[in-house]
Amino acid sequence: MKKNQIVPNLQIRLYKSMILTRKFEEKIVALSQEPDRMPGMQILANGQEAVATGIVSALKPEDVIISNHRSHGHLLARGTDLNSLMAEIMVKDKGVNGGKAGTLHLSVPDVNVLMTSTVVGAGPPLAIGAAFAQQYKRAKGITVVFFGDGAAAEGSVHEAMNLAGVWKLPLLFVCENNCWAGAQRLEEHCATQHIFQRAKGYDMPGQNVDGNDVEAVYNLAVELVEYCRSGKGPALMEALTYRMRGHGEQDRQHYVDLRELAIWKAKCPIRRYRQKLLNDGVLNQAQIKTIDQDAETRVSAAVAFGDESPYPGPETALTDVFVQPPSA
Amino acid sequence: MSQKTFGQALNEALTISMETDENVFIAGEGVGVSIHQDSNMATYDLLKKFGPRRVKDTPVSEAAIAGLAVGASCMGLRPVVEIMFFPFITLASDMLVNHAGKLRYMSGGKSSFPLTVRVKAGVGFGAGSQHSHNLESWIAHSPGLKIVWPSTPEDAKGLLLTAIFDPDPVIVVEDMMLYRMLGEVQTGDIRTPLGKARMVSPGSDCTIVAYGVALYTVMKALNPLSEQGISCEVIDLRSLVPLDKACILDSVRKTGRLVVVHEANRFCGFGAELAAMVAEEAFEALKGPVKRVGAPQIPVPTAPTHEKIFKPGPEDVVLAVRETMKK
Ligand SMILES: Cc1ncc(C[n+]2csc(CCOP(=O)(O)OP(=O)(O)O)c2C)c(N)n1
Ligand SMILES: [Mg+2]
Repeated sequence: MKKNQIVPNLQIRLYKSMILTRKFEEKIVALSQEPDRMPGMQILANGQEAVATGIVSALKPEDVIISNHRSHGHLLARGTDLNSLMAEIMVKDKGVNGGKAGTLHLSVPDVNVLMTSTVVGAGPPLAIGAAFAQQYKRAKGITVVFFGDGAAAEGSVHEAMNLAGVWKLPLLFVCENNCWAGAQRLEEHCATQHIFQRAKGYDMPGQNVDGNDVEAVYNLAVELVEYCRSGKGPALMEALTYRMRGHGEQDRQHYVDLRELAIWKAKCPIRRYRQKLLNDGVLNQAQIKTIDQDAETRVSAAVAFGDESPYPGPETALTDVFVQPPSA
Repeated sequence: MSQKTFGQALNEALTISMETDENVFIAGEGVGVSIHQDSNMATYDLLKKFGPRRVKDTPVSEAAIAGLAVGASCMGLRPVVEIMFFPFITLASDMLVNHAGKLRYMSGGKSSFPLTVRVKAGVGFGAGSQHSHNLESWIAHSPGLKIVWPSTPEDAKGLLLTAIFDPDPVIVVEDMMLYRMLGEVQTGDIRTPLGKARMVSPGSDCTIVAYGVALYTVMKALNPLSEQGISCEVIDLRSLVPLDKACILDSVRKTGRLVVVHEANRFCGFGAELAAMVAEEAFEALKGPVKRVGAPQIPVPTAPTHEKIFKPGPEDVVLAVRETMKK
């Protein structure tokens, strides 16, 4: 029997985290439609908020996260400063990475989001290194790495799982299975429909969960995080969810079955959770409205912060390649 | 002749090759069903035309995609595989560098690998360094691999067709910034020979060599240069391996000067090879130092302001030409 870890205060926190991510990304959608407001490719996690929120909320501050191209939810759930995050996504000087990351390469070591890689499948081997360092230093933290169902096809992911299994690293592999890798459906690109079952081959526990049920995600994450922290080794968690918008903001989803999309939209993790909290009397309509408005206000303030910042100036273009630059 | 975009020309080359030879198949991430529904994409509609036996969407598995090409080509097929963006060639590089490029040699000439890898390149779409990184000199440095880089719709078609029917592994670099560029393209099966540069415009004072989209940066520099009384001879390299040495050397012997322009990092970039070649083989003809125009030694930045610093502009070309003219 799985323990239920959910208490009302936590429920409100989970809801706030998800709605903040949703509002934050909805703003990115709106700005992407204006010319030159959002340079680069915007890759959003609309519909997947419960995975990021559920898992990240189960972590301790000393735990380390490695993220991928769909990273906004992971970062926000971790409490990344909204202003500097939005400014970075706008590729501005006051962004958290000084305008050198943009939306795809965000890293916020201050909150232990160690790095993100947009090279699909690169996260797991990087996570091996982070988890090894934790094991080596006898630190208390664990590492969590997020990767997609598509990434599960990269050899690097298999190498990382095997090594983590051999060395019993404190590493939680989280596969966010959103049923798509670009325009390729899960059944077209993945030989098994249950990525968590691969855990067996690497001698680690593997479990799956309804990724649109934030409490279920949280409960399973708590269990597996505890397992990893106990020193027994790595674990694999698969959260089944759905990419409700296109792969990126340029993607018009011409290849998506609209009925399927509608079914998943009806399972929207946020709408679903809001309803549950209302039904259970945890929050009332007015309280929900306040929370939603507060999220919107914070997001608008973040955009204003980004708008005020200039793009990074020429003086920083050549810096940060090395700690100790070779003399010319 | 007809007007085609660069992307449509590539698409036509793929279509013709598949109609011509049953052994041609294509594979890659989204080559069948793509998130882009755009007739300027090279593989647009091919799945509809040729079916899933010959147009294979793959998982996100670059090593397997490249390995598929190596193994299938050794069996007599003509694979045309796509690596989505140039930096991801690093994930395919064991199969390409250690296998496609070496196995024929190590077989004592018994095996051959008639494969084509199409890869998208481009700086300036704001995606940053993990999507943009021109690695042509890595490939050129690896024995056994050919690499071509068209800059016009006509050459896109002609070079891709030649690559597909070439008996060796060829990497075809497609500049994303050119996909929508229009140009005259000959109809039917046309072949642009590998290793033949294109004389774009003759001139007498300075030779400028470029390839891909960098060629258009050079073209924008020609007016200001001619206003300053400098006549430049522009060569579109088209093919890095094999390299048209004669074309470059002949031109430098005439003008006495060489400027090389590319969007890759200047340090250890392909321009260094051309500079060395000219120093070794046409030293006596040089009237000024060889100049290289390329990117500073940083990853491709994300911010528009930084991208501008990274990407060589016409003013950089003008400066380089003036500098070599001064000496
Ligand atoms: C090595 C590599 N190959 C291809 C790509 C292009 N690409 C970006 S995201 C993506 C799909 C990844 O699918 P998945 O891992 O399921 O993540 P999702 O986008 O669904 O969140 C692809 C093919 C890439 N970024 N890196
Ligand atoms: Mg996916």
